[in-house]
Amino acid sequence: MNFDTVRAAIQSLTPIFYLITVVMFIFGLKLLQSPRTARRGNLLSAVGMLIAIVATLLGQGILNYATVLSIMAVGSVVGVFMAYKVKMTDVPQFVAILNGFGGAVSAVVGIAEFLVFFHTGQTPGGVPKTQFLTAVAADAFIGTLTFWGSLVAFGKLQGIMSEKSFLLPAKNVFNSLFLLTALVMGTLLVVTSGTVDTTMSWIFLGSVILAATLLGLTLAMAVGGADMPIIIALFISYAGLSASALGFTNANYGLIMAGSLVGASGLILTRSMAKAINRNFWAILLGNITPPSTTSVSKDDIYAGRIKATTPDEYVGILDAAQTVVIVPGYGMAVAQAQGACRDLFNELIADGKEVYFAVHPVAGRMPGHMNVLLAEVNIPYDRLKELDESNEILESADVAIVLGANDVVNPMARDAKDTPIYGMPILNVDRAGSILVIKRSLSPGFSGIPNPLFVLDKTLMMFMDAKPALQELVKAWKDR
Amino acid sequence: MDPIVLALMLFTLSVLIGFEVITKVPPILHTPLVVASHAMAAIMVVSAIEIAGNAGDTLAAQILGGIALLLGVINVVGGYVIADRMLANFKSGKAKTGAKGKS
Repeated sequence: MNFDTVRAAIQSLTPIFYLITVVMFIFGLKLLQSPRTARRGNLLSAVGMLIAIVATLLGQGILNYATVLSIMAVGSVVGVFMAYKVKMTDVPQFVAILNGFGGAVSAVVGIAEFLVFFHTGQTPGGVPKTQFLTAVAADAFIGTLTFWGSLVAFGKLQGIMSEKSFLLPAKNVFNSLFLLTALVMGTLLVVTSGTVDTTMSWIFLGSVILAATLLGLTLAMAVGGADMPIIIALFISYAGLSASALGFTNANYGLIMAGSLVGASGLILTRSMAKAINRNFWAILLGNITPPSTTSVSKDDIYAGRIKATTPDEYVGILDAAQTVVIVPGYGMAVAQAQGACRDLFNELIADGKEVYFAVHPVAGRMPGHMNVLLAEVNIPYDRLKELDESNEILESADVAIVLGANDVVNPMARDAKDTPIYGMPILNVDRAGSILVIKRSLSPGFSGIPNPLFVLDKTLMMFMDAKPALQELVKAWKDR
Repeated sequence: MDPIVLALMLFTLSVLIGFEVITKVPPILHTPLVVASHAMAAIMVVSAIEIAGNAGDTLAAQILGGIALLLGVINVVGGYVIADRMLANFKSGKAKTGAKGKS
């Protein structure tokens, strides 16, 4: 049996290989449902990916193996290098840039297929011309939008750009205009195919790409601060959809299925993020991610003369008397690089027989679930990491709650202050705990810009220190007590 | 059956399977989920391979395909490796890792 027979066999079986890949993806995702099996799930899906890649390499009549394989070798080395170098705190940026790459891949492949189409007059896989052109337009649009949007998100998370939300005047008018342009030009591309010359077709496709660029930029620029987890989830979904669109251009059913799986995962995460910060899911999909305007409550009204400060040495007594301790970490903890110190306090308390849990709000950190990754990295066992509902149950009977760099997510105003931007947002009910310690550098507000009445409760004590030294001194005072 | 109908059916069914499987992933694993599903979306490399290796004599398309292939492979490999790195950190309390008792 020579190579050509093997190749022909593999080629005719390629859809089956892709089906195997997709099934492995689905089981991989299923194993991700528990932290115990998640790592195996990831491995399973990676093997599935390998099967698809090898089947393509062998079955698709590659003419220049040397080039293709060397590009793949370089890409693998870069990918592994990047993945090992990135810090866990920087994972959101890393995901944003990878997501940008994903958008670029899909748009660029679409454009390349378009080039080949004009050169040879053949659509890839012999798909009908209308389907091909529609899918190319959709793919170029979503891919470009994802690319630019993800780049802006990367710039914001990395601190290259200002994190503040930047709003174009009459943003909705412009965005509708961009969307309309893309629709009209895309339609023209499809309906005029064959009746106009190549240049005209390129102008149509170019306009789609330009409109997607502008839309991607304005959408992502408008998002700031606390909303960053949403935009990450949303662009993941777009990347999945663009993979699907690419599958429609060349009748690759594997792409269609895998892409829509990811599109669904991104949408679910966007919805759960939206719920966690009380924003309308559909408004977000349409790009209205800006929080509503703020209230008139001034911080002096609330804080004046009612703040009680404490020190690590003083506070140890209260901790000693406690049985159940709940730690509420916010992104401030990661900024202060205090995870290690936090773990040390956790270990001390556990060793002395205390029940210690971490209450993790869904939007704690910079992307969905980020805080759990940061705590797992410093060896906090995952059964101590509690999500919103479970945390609130524990908080009802907790003796001490330690708020560590979190603010808006523990603000009781979310329950009843209708004129604040956080009204209606599900919060961690820290105020139900017996005693509350807030470790915070100053009384500066969170992303929402409003003061926090939690800080002036009778049972609240403030420790005005950086998270890391505060925890280190607490540990020291605990040992010396 | 018209191929486009088949394609749309597969698309719809996969979205539904995706919703079903992914809503059951606990929030604690949402970051690894994002990274892993992201790596799956990068299955687009197979199209990049086809176009880079098989775009006939259309040089421009081959170059674009090469760029897409490079970015796509970074995406796949980077995504899976970082997800693995993260998931390796998730340990059960019963394993007694890290949480050593005070003597």
